[in-house]
Amino acid sequence: MDDIILLGHGSGGTLSHRLLDELIVPLLCGVGPRDQNDSAVLAPVHGRLAFTTDSYVVDPLFFPGGDIGSLSVYGTVNDLAMAGARPLCISVGLILEEGLAVVELEKVLQSLRAAADRCRVRIVTGDTKVVPRGKADRMFINTAGIGVLEHTLDIKGSGARPGDRVLINGPFGDHGMAVLAFREGLALTAPIVSDCAPLHERVHDLVTELGGAVHVLRDPTRGGVATTLKEIARQSDVAIAIDEAALPVSPAVAGACAILGLDPLYIANEGKLLACVAPAAAAAALAIMHRHARTGAPGPAVIGEVLGERGGKVRMRTAIGGLRAIEMLAGEQLPRIC
Amino acid sequence: MNLFAPFRDPELAHGQLAAIRRALANYPGTLTLMEVCGTHTMSICQHGLRSLLPDQIQLISGPGCPVCVTPVGYVDHSVALARRPGTIIATFGDMVRVPGSTSSLQREQAGGGTVKVVYSPLDAVALAEKHPDQTVIFLGVGFETTAPATAGAVITARRKDLHNFMVLCAHKTIPMAMGVLASDPEFQVDGYLCPAHVSAVIGGDAYQALVEQCRVPCVITGFEPLDILQGVLMLARQIVDGAARVEIQYRRVVKPQGNRKAQALLKEVFEPGDAHWRGIGRIPGSGLRLRADYAAFDAAVQFPVPVEPAREHADCRCGDVLKGKVRPRDCPLFRSVCTPEAPVGACMVSSEGTCAAEYKFG
Amino acid sequence: MCLGVPMQVKTISADLAICEIDGVQREASLMMLDNVQVGDYVLIHAGFAIEKIDEVEAQLTLEVLRAALDAGSLPE
Repeated sequence: MDDIILLGHGSGGTLSHRLLDELIVPLLCGVGPRDQNDSAVLAPVHGRLAFTTDSYVVDPLFFPGGDIGSLSVYGTVNDLAMAGARPLCISVGLILEEGLAVVELEKVLQSLRAAADRCRVRIVTGDTKVVPRGKADRMFINTAGIGVLEHTLDIKGSGARPGDRVLINGPFGDHGMAVLAFREGLALTAPIVSDCAPLHERVHDLVTELGGAVHVLRDPTRGGVATTLKEIARQSDVAIAIDEAALPVSPAVAGACAILGLDPLYIANEGKLLACVAPAAAAAALAIMHRHARTGAPGPAVIGEVLGERGGKVRMRTAIGGLRAIEMLAGEQLPRIC
Repeated sequence: MNLFAPFRDPELAHGQLAAIRRALANYPGTLTLMEVCGTHTMSICQHGLRSLLPDQIQLISGPGCPVCVTPVGYVDHSVALARRPGTIIATFGDMVRVPGSTSSLQREQAGGGTVKVVYSPLDAVALAEKHPDQTVIFLGVGFETTAPATAGAVITARRKDLHNFMVLCAHKTIPMAMGVLASDPEFQVDGYLCPAHVSAVIGGDAYQALVEQCRVPCVITGFEPLDILQGVLMLARQIVDGAARVEIQYRRVVKPQGNRKAQALLKEVFEPGDAHWRGIGRIPGSGLRLRADYAAFDAAVQFPVPVEPAREHADCRCGDVLKGKVRPRDCPLFRSVCTPEAPVGACMVSSEGTCAAEYKFG
Repeated sequence: MCLGVPMQVKTISADLAICEIDGVQREASLMMLDNVQVGDYVLIHAGFAIEKIDEVEAQLTLEVLRAALDAGSLPE
């Protein structure tokens, strides 16, 4: 195996096969040459299927708390989880830049595989392309994921009902700030670590224990908590009121945001879940989230309520007791966060 | 010392609001208070302060966003310099997306120009050290809070004997602009919330002339919500008493004489000149330009470049917004044509602009 | 743009200080200030410490704010 990726590795010829046989296939799925076909054939499943796709262009490839490999798995698993699906399998499409160090590719693939194993998800198919130097910033990954809904619930963005409580499973803003702080070389006494993590197990518990009381599940990635709340409010044609005093943000994220003039509500997350649940189930939902939460950080919280008013507005009671409208992220986003 | 939490305490806020209501108990009119600092604009919106104040008090924004009052011609000038080979434009983030007559720094970057966002002019000096074969031009935009930093960077560059660090200066000073606004017979403002950090540099005394000439109360106010509420209370009391004084609410940072050392840095590197304020026009003596002694660091002197004639959108009402005459929603372009993603005027582009704030916070 | 963040001085080396807030550290120039000590709180703007934060005045301001609470009628 060469020490850098060459154009030939994407050509489909012997170099390509060497890359696949010696590196990619063993690391990702360990399937022997006899069983490598143009598509994966899956056993039938009982239940509705959930299907998602995502592309990952995060810069840098490795950041505190994760890397493009683990991110691509957890991101896909989480999209499936938001429908209440158990993840089954994923595809991995790699676009590699000529000149990428094989050692880096190896690390990414190892991390990807470890994440998949942690989620009990199989990598069943994939593709590898190589583009000339300068045409892809080291590596891009595309995934598609299939999951199965082992319930008959309809959990969707338009499902919020007046009276629902809005919950989040932990402090937010960590992923975007971890990547940005790392990229900007922001000096920190302790690094801000991405919250990059799979959510399907807590979703499984929420769905199994609370059933139809779970109305909406969304993961606030790019655009942050604010944008996702706004999307839910619009899709469901309701209003949402949140309480600034209840929002969990870690001091380090708040401090970094203050320095850079950013608002944690608009920063990307990769391990956060917003849930709208029937009011009677809110306490139980919070308890379930606590079961899965990291200790030491600000914990899961009820951050607000769904109101009967139509029109998709989101309002926040500020710490000082004032009222402020929350809009979608407009204008400049932090680039290449996920 | 916790410098945030107590100044965001809701109970203390209740106390201030009650005190404001008591102060205005027998006052028949409305109070129109103007702040002239983008950070005040943001803080008021972020904390939802307008929803807490009695209807009798109107808080309006003035020309406090330095990016917003930067003329289109300056953006065009930066664009022209960005096209110069071997040039790195170093700038605060806000300037990157401001539309010029036909282009912006962001477009120049996409077209092959080198534009770097910096948090400090010292970062621009470091860039010049790192790239001796390139010329680094720092865009000096900002009021008296920022101008001393640019001065510090120029002095640092001179100490390091750098010949590839320059400044394209558009720094402005605020008290004179406040005076021009207050002298306008159409000006209906009853009191000024004066900027916190500009005043940390120039001192409370800098507003004395304004108060004496225009008889408008000035309270130098911090940025935390409790600071702003206390500042509003102090203005309310002056207005009810018919007084016009300079008062300092933000006493933990601002002194009557200001920061003498920072003022000395300003005097060393800059001298007053005329400046064009977008939407207001020419205000004599309200700008800063590099002294002849420092001409070697002045990009306008060192690199004369042809700059296209400035063009602005005919329906853009940024000027009136900046003078506090209209609210953003009264501009025909607001939200329909002019949005943060596709800004027409500077008030929408800058994150502290009055229009951007109204768009974001409703 | 007037973004001035209060931070605490942790170390000083000639004209430069490392300042910190909530675990975030920033280097800042002390060109505009005299007699800065480790432990002082300063206002950082655009890479410079532009003024010291007076703890005594901060306390006085808070006392005035608290007095208004005690003096006033009950909030609605």
